[in-house]
Amino acid sequence: MSNNGLLKSSLAKKYMMALTGLFLCTFLIGHLAGNLQLFITGTEGQEAFNKYAEFMTTFPLVKLLSYLTYACVLFHIVDGILLTVRNRKSRPVGYVKEKGSANSSWASRNMGVLGTIIAVFLVSHMQTFWYKMHFGDMPMHDGLKDLHTVVLAFFSPENPLALIAVAGYVLAQMALSFHLVHGFQSGFQSLGVRHPKYTPAIEKTGYLFGVGVPLLFAIIPVFLYVTQL
Amino acid sequence: MDLTLNIWRQKGPDDKGHIEKYPVSGVSPDMSFLEMMDMLNDRIIREGGDPVAFDHDCREGICGMCSMFINGQAHGPNRGVTTCQLHMRSFKDGDDITIEPWRAAAFPVVKDLTVNRSAFDRIIQSGGYVSVNTSGETLDANAIPVPKPQADEAFSAATCIGCGACVASCKNASAMLFVSAKVSQFALLPQGQPERALRVKRMVEQMDEEGFGNCTNTGACSVECPKGIDLTNIARMNRDFLKSSVDS
Repeated sequence: MSNNGLLKSSLAKKYMMALTGLFLCTFLIGHLAGNLQLFITGTEGQEAFNKYAEFMTTFPLVKLLSYLTYACVLFHIVDGILLTVRNRKSRPVGYVKEKGSANSSWASRNMGVLGTIIAVFLVSHMQTFWYKMHFGDMPMHDGLKDLHTVVLAFFSPENPLALIAVAGYVLAQMALSFHLVHGFQSGFQSLGVRHPKYTPAIEKTGYLFGVGVPLLFAIIPVFLYVTQL
Repeated sequence: MDLTLNIWRQKGPDDKGHIEKYPVSGVSPDMSFLEMMDMLNDRIIREGGDPVAFDHDCREGICGMCSMFINGQAHGPNRGVTTCQLHMRSFKDGDDITIEPWRAAAFPVVKDLTVNRSAFDRIIQSGGYVSVNTSGETLDANAIPVPKPQADEAFSAATCIGCGACVASCKNASAMLFVSAKVSQFALLPQGQPERALRVKRMVEQMDEEGFGNCTNTGACSVECPKGIDLTNIARMNRDFLKSSVDS
């Protein structure tokens, strides 16, 4: 039995799921820190946000981290699909009556569905901002790509699709919230990090993170829409 | 009590199987669930029918043979009990009760509510033991000091009776609670150390080979486990497996 056994094993897929997932949690913090600058109004906010966007797309270390992030997203999705396929095969005939709510949380039983919603959101989200910032035709401001104006215009009531976009954004953040509330503490469990002393703290942190981060993300488009009415 | 039972009937492994309705009356609230099943079978036999096949042995909640999925839950609605320790007072007069076999690719149905759980035996055979010299010079068990907290934890892992409720309850039909309990009961004791790394590797490999699903940490297994085996055991197995894979 060699190390090869580790790569083939079901547990290896769990470790990968946990490591990529927890890394993506740290990515969310970085992303949120930037987004929060959208609360700063006027040219001051515009400059701060554009500088942040410039830094995120050009600074070498951040660029390296961004490639790691893309890889983690892909791994997390592919690994998740592989695990789901295997899990479905493990119960070819289902129950006539099954009471999952009696023994487990809704989020924990629907991580695949929640992940799919997040993935769909991610495609639309990256097309709207990431693709435009990297490869699209961007307006300029003070010699920097003016992502601030693009974001504000997208969530402005003048955009006929803005209301749908805001609703979709909030919905996706709700899915992310459920996904994180289970996923955060689940990642630690998969890696074998569990102890009566510190597991309650991990669970509490996961809950706060899973509710707090998506909530802050979701407030921003609502704020941008309302303030531009 | 008058009840309506919806029971999974399946003639054999290759039969498609179906749910059949059985109205039963005169059930005493003091009967155990299995006694109620005995009563039904007695009637079916008198009527010249084929009795419902189900597993059972000690009827004291310690052998791990009984295995019914009752109203959507392994061993029925109560916590910390096997089906044989479930009593009809946990139901109401007029209730509809759906009874199904454990569902997992690794637990094929033999007949009706009886499933083949040999996959668990093969996992144990792959490493769930401590190799000892039985030449007649066996050491006295008390010669090896074991701290009380470790002894208690090992014992609580060892209370797993291998009934398979964890697999049946898991939405992925994962056997990780069972395997981790069997890994832990040795991993926590000095006697289990020499084979610790090899044991966890072999048992996890066998678990995968049997076709059990992956753990998604829903925690359903531990909630439905009649012995209350804790998720800490799964974390310990995850840790040990990672360590053994990196070490060797």
